Amino acid sequence: MRFIFKTSYDQDIALAKHGGHRFWYGLLLLALAAAPWTLDEYWLAQLTFVLIYGIVGLGLMLLAGFTGLFSLGHAAFLGVGAYTEAVLAAQGWPFPLSIAMAALLSAAVGAVVGLPALRVKGIYLGLATLSFAFIVEEGLARWESVTGGNAGKMVGAMQARIGDWGWTVDSAEGFYAVCLLLAITCTLAVLNLLRAPTGRAFVAIRDSEISAQSMGIHLAYYKTLSFAISAALAGIGGALYAHKIRFLSPDQFSVLQSIDLLLMVVIGGPGSVHGAFLGAAFLITMPQLIALVKDGLPAAIGQAPGLQGAVYGLVLIAFVLFEPLGIYGRWVKVRTWLQLFPFYRRGLFKRQKAFQKSDRLK
Amino acid sequence: MRADEILLSAQDLSVRFGGVLAVNKVSFELRRGEVFTLIGPNGAGKTTVFNLISRIYQPTGGRIDYLGQPLTTVPPHRVAGLGIARTFQNIELFEHATVLQNLLIGRHLRHSRRLWAELLFLPAVREAERQTRRKVEEVIEFLDLQHYRDTLVAGLPYGVRKVVELARALAMEPRLLLLDEPSSGLNAEETGDMAFWIQDIQQLLGITVLMVEHDMSLVSRVSDRVLAMSQGEVLALGTPAEVQAHPGVIEAYLGSADDASSLRRAVA
Repeated sequence: MRFIFKTSYDQDIALAKHGGHRFWYGLLLLALAAAPWTLDEYWLAQLTFVLIYGIVGLGLMLLAGFTGLFSLGHAAFLGVGAYTEAVLAAQGWPFPLSIAMAALLSAAVGAVVGLPALRVKGIYLGLATLSFAFIVEEGLARWESVTGGNAGKMVGAMQARIGDWGWTVDSAEGFYAVCLLLAITCTLAVLNLLRAPTGRAFVAIRDSEISAQSMGIHLAYYKTLSFAISAALAGIGGALYAHKIRFLSPDQFSVLQSIDLLLMVVIGGPGSVHGAFLGAAFLITMPQLIALVKDGLPAAIGQAPGLQGAVYGLVLIAFVLFEPLGIYGRWVKVRTWLQLFPFYRRGLFKRQKAFQKSDRLK
Repeated sequence: MRADEILLSAQDLSVRFGGVLAVNKVSFELRRGEVFTLIGPNGAGKTTVFNLISRIYQPTGGRIDYLGQPLTTVPPHRVAGLGIARTFQNIELFEHATVLQNLLIGRHLRHSRRLWAELLFLPAVREAERQTRRKVEEVIEFLDLQHYRDTLVAGLPYGVRKVVELARALAMEPRLLLLDEPSSGLNAEETGDMAFWIQDIQQLLGITVLMVEHDMSLVSRVSDRVLAMSQGEVLALGTPAEVQAHPGVIEAYLGSADDASSLRRAVA
C-alpha cells in the first residue's frame, strides 16, 4: 500500500501523482517508442489501429464517460474526418493542415449535432445522434462528386510537401510514429482539460445538471463544447484512419461502427481515460482472438456467420452485469488487491445504492 | 429601513402550475446580514420560492429584485455569478467525484476559463488552480471536512453529504446563501453542528442566509426573522417567537380548534 505524503497542492495538480506513475508510464512510453523495432509488421499495424481507435475512443469517452451524453452516431464524425482528410490530401494539402481542418470540420458538425443535446437526454439523445449518423452515411453515399459514393475513394499517402521540400510518410513505421505522437498529444490535452475548470464542469453536468447550473455552469455552452471536442477527436482519428485504410467507402461509417465505438467505451471503462485505450485494444484484438479460437471449435459454431457479433454481445452483457466499470475498473480492483494483500475485502468496491436523488427538473 | 440595507426583495410573487397556485402574492424583504427563515407545512410553496430565486422557475406574476436589479430577467446560470449560492433539499452533489472536486466545481465562476490555455495547461492555469485550491482549503477547514477531502461523495454518509453541499455553496463565496432544509435527515448532534455553522456563516463570513426549515428549535436558534407560509400565501412575518405564537401559524400546523373538536371523542 502506497501512502503519499502531500506537502504541496501541486502534487494534486500534477498528472503523475507519484514515482510509480512516472516509472510505469515512462516504461509504457519507451515500449511504445520501441515498437517499430520489436514488433513485426502485422502487430505494428494492429498497434497503429489501437492508437487510432484510442483517439476516437478518447473523444467518445469525454462525451459519454465524462459529460454523460451518449452518442450513437460517432462513426459519422469519424467519417467526416476521414473524408475531409481524403479530399484535402488529394488536393495536395500538407498533412498538418489537412488534419487540423478535418478536426475543425468535425468539431463544427459536432457542435451542430450537439444542439438536440440541449433539449433531449438519455435514450432520446441516442436516437437523435443515431438518425444523424444515418443522414451522414447516406450523404457520403450520395455526394458522389466529392466522396466517390458507394464505389469508394482512394486515399494517398500521408504527405506534407510544398514543391520539392517536405516529407512523405509511406512506411508503416513512420505512420505509426505519427499516430503515436498524435495519440500522446490528444491524451495529454484531454487530461489537461479534465484537471481544469472545463473538465470539472463536464463532470458536474454528468452528475447533476440542476446543481451544475446553480454553480453557474452554462449547460448549453458546455454540452455543445463537449460535443465539439469529442467530434474533433473523432475527426483526428478519422483522418488517420483514412491514411491507414487507404480506401474509404460509406459502409465503413455505418451504425455498426458507431456501436463498436460505444462498445469500446463501455468495455474499456466509462469515466476513465485509460478505458478509451483499453477498449480500443479490446476492439482490435478481439477479431484476432476469435479467428484463433474459431478453428478449434466444432464447425457448426466456428464457421457460423455472425460469430463475432455474438461474442461481442456476450462480452458486453458480461461486462454490464459483472463489471460496469469495464476493463479499467477490473484493473483497479486487481491493483488494489495487490496493494492490500492479504487484506483485501470482497465488499471493498460495493457502493450502497443512493435513493435520495431528487426528481430531476426537466 | 434604508434601501441599501435590502439585499433581496420579493413583491407580490406568484407562480401557477396549471391550476395550482403554488405561490400567491408573496412579498418579503431580505436585509443584509440576517438569517431569514421560511417555514410552513408541506406544500406551502417554500421550495418553490427558492426555485424562483435561483431562476429554475419563471414567476407568473410579481417581481424579485436583488441589489436593486430585477432578478427575473437573469438566465439561471447567471444567478450564481450574482453571488447567490444554494443547497438542495435532496442533496445534489456530484456523486462520482471526490469531496475536493465537488468544492472545486463550486469555484467554477471564480476561475478564468480559456479553452486553449486549459488544453495546454499553461502556467496561468496552474497558478489559478493553486489559488482555487487555497480558497477551497479555507472552506474545508471552516467546516472541518479535512478527513473526507479525497473520499468519493457516493461513499459518504448522509450527514456528511449535507455538510459537503454546504461547503460547496460556501466555496462560491456567495453574498446570499439559500439553504433548503439544512437539517433534514440529520440527527440531533448534527443539527446542533449545523446551527453553529449557520451562525458562523452569518457572523464570521457576513453572508446573508435565506433558509427553509422545519426544525423549530434550529429555526429559533439561528433566525433573525421568520416568514410563515401556507398554501402559497404569507401567514405571518416577524421574530421566531412572534411567528410561533401567531394563531394563523398554529392553525396551519395543527388545524383550528373547530377541526380538533370534531375529532375529540365524547367523554364516556
